[in-house]
Amino acid sequence: MGQLSSRTKWLLTALALLITAFHLIPFYILITTSLKKTGDFTSKWSFPDYFDTENFALAWEHANLGNAFVNTAIITILSAVLLIFFGSMSAYALARRTTKLNKYMYFLFVGVMVIPPLTALVPLYRLVVDIGLMNTHLVAILNNVAAFMPLTIFLYAGFIRSTIPKELEEAAKLDGASTLGVFFKVVFPLLKPITATVLIISSVYIWNDYQFAIFFLQDSSVQTLTVALAGFFGQNVSQLNLVAAAALMASLPMVIVFLFLQRFFIEGLAAGSVKG
Amino acid sequence: MAVVLTKASKKMKTTSRKMKKTRRESSLWWMYLPSALIVCLFIIYPFLDGIRISFTNWNGFSQTYDYVGLDQYKRMFADPDTWLVVKNTLLFGIGSTILQNIVGLGYALLLNHNLKVRTFTRTIIFLPVIISPLIMGYIWYFFFAFQGGALNDIIMFFGKEPINALGNPAVNPYIIVFVNTFQFVGIAMIIYLAGLQSISKDYFEAADIDGATGWQKFKNITIPLLMPSITINIVLNIIGGLKLFDVIVALTNGGPGNASQSMSTFMYNLYFSRQDAGYAATQGILMALIILVISMAALFYFKRKEVEA
Repeated sequence: MGQLSSRTKWLLTALALLITAFHLIPFYILITTSLKKTGDFTSKWSFPDYFDTENFALAWEHANLGNAFVNTAIITILSAVLLIFFGSMSAYALARRTTKLNKYMYFLFVGVMVIPPLTALVPLYRLVVDIGLMNTHLVAILNNVAAFMPLTIFLYAGFIRSTIPKELEEAAKLDGASTLGVFFKVVFPLLKPITATVLIISSVYIWNDYQFAIFFLQDSSVQTLTVALAGFFGQNVSQLNLVAAAALMASLPMVIVFLFLQRFFIEGLAAGSVKG
Repeated sequence: MAVVLTKASKKMKTTSRKMKKTRRESSLWWMYLPSALIVCLFIIYPFLDGIRISFTNWNGFSQTYDYVGLDQYKRMFADPDTWLVVKNTLLFGIGSTILQNIVGLGYALLLNHNLKVRTFTRTIIFLPVIISPLIMGYIWYFFFAFQGGALNDIIMFFGKEPINALGNPAVNPYIIVFVNTFQFVGIAMIIYLAGLQSISKDYFEAADIDGATGWQKFKNITIPLLMPSITINIVLNIIGGLKLFDVIVALTNGGPGNASQSMSTFMYNLYFSRQDAGYAATQGILMALIILVISMAALFYFKRKEVEA
């Protein structure tokens, strides 16, 4: 926009800082709450005049957060890897071979996006019980892969159609490489930008997922962070300081990764939601 | 050299044309078979099976159940809870959409100026997007809680009686709308910022020459050219708001009674707490229909506006 007078610029800067301060309030309260000892009823707006990390140790142990971190990491990483592997391969076939079958299949994959996943909760739960996958990492992984596969295929197919020249693959084909060989050696490395987007979107949403995890992962040995936290909250409604400590620890890893890679996160999440 | 290259590429083209002919039949279907199987098993089959279960009186665990025809549907339309929950769901969907778009656009207009604090402000506003909605709900719970909440610390500081905002059915649906907006306004802001940056400065310069006021420029240039971003944001936010689940669980758990229940949390309770699986499936069908109709209507309405604009 045009030139601003320095006075307007100062006013707008002040306004931006005011908004920033407002957005920091809940995080500030989270931190002060997590630092207060049980029985300290001083205002949540003030920091305690002592430094005590007992809340964190207690919450870590009682909410079983160590175990939950491992479960969440396993589920998130494996889901993302499977999504990228099968999603890129599927999109390649669907984008490159415009046969009648592939047109129908692409329409089916993309059309599935309009089904809100939660509406099929009852039969999905029944299916998972029937195939004996209740309380396993596998069911969470398969369900996440299914839930994000349509968007993944949509993003990859759009990228392949618009940016990967066909001639490249045909040249490799002439050298006698197999279809899979061409895909993984020639095409896949060129998909890096969209792979990053898929990786960010799926990791953020799967790491943070609660609504599916709570259905399939109720046993404490397989609980993810959100499920463990919800259980811990239920037991400690009167000890918010412990819940705050647990919530802070549970969200910290994602926040740290975000602060270091924020440009990619902001671009990736916005691009993913625009195209989705 | 150039001649050799063109010759080579010509040769490549004819060969590739030949190869295309021989390969035309191949759909490479085995490449998407695993994805198709997973999607069929975990999305399409449960969705279709849900339609079937909605015609039964299944309780969620026993082996036997009866087909009851349209009974669950009749029950659903006669159930006052259905209408309460639909009303809440629409409030969450439409309320969050209006708030996120107004605030998101406001933030984008502000940050479209070249301010020193721009990146910092953008990062902080966007931060909640990457935090679990459940945890974001708990974080705001610490603010609004009746006992030991930060809001009541202020109210009591001024010598007033503490308020139970989350337990008050007249207020708590709006708190849920507020928290959902707070969490996802960052995405709306980023989409609007990208939209604003794609508008050519020439339009504004031309308008300046014609002596247009700031409001006229906003109404006649910014808004029409932002129409694609507006469409995306509205459709995105409506779908997100109608599906709301985690935040409600964290803040009110649907209570008191069913006062702040959305269709998703209501369905969850019907199935897991009340063993009413057939009825839960029927509610699921209604929810899918409502989300589908509203998001498609919004999409078509705003797409048409885009063409007009």
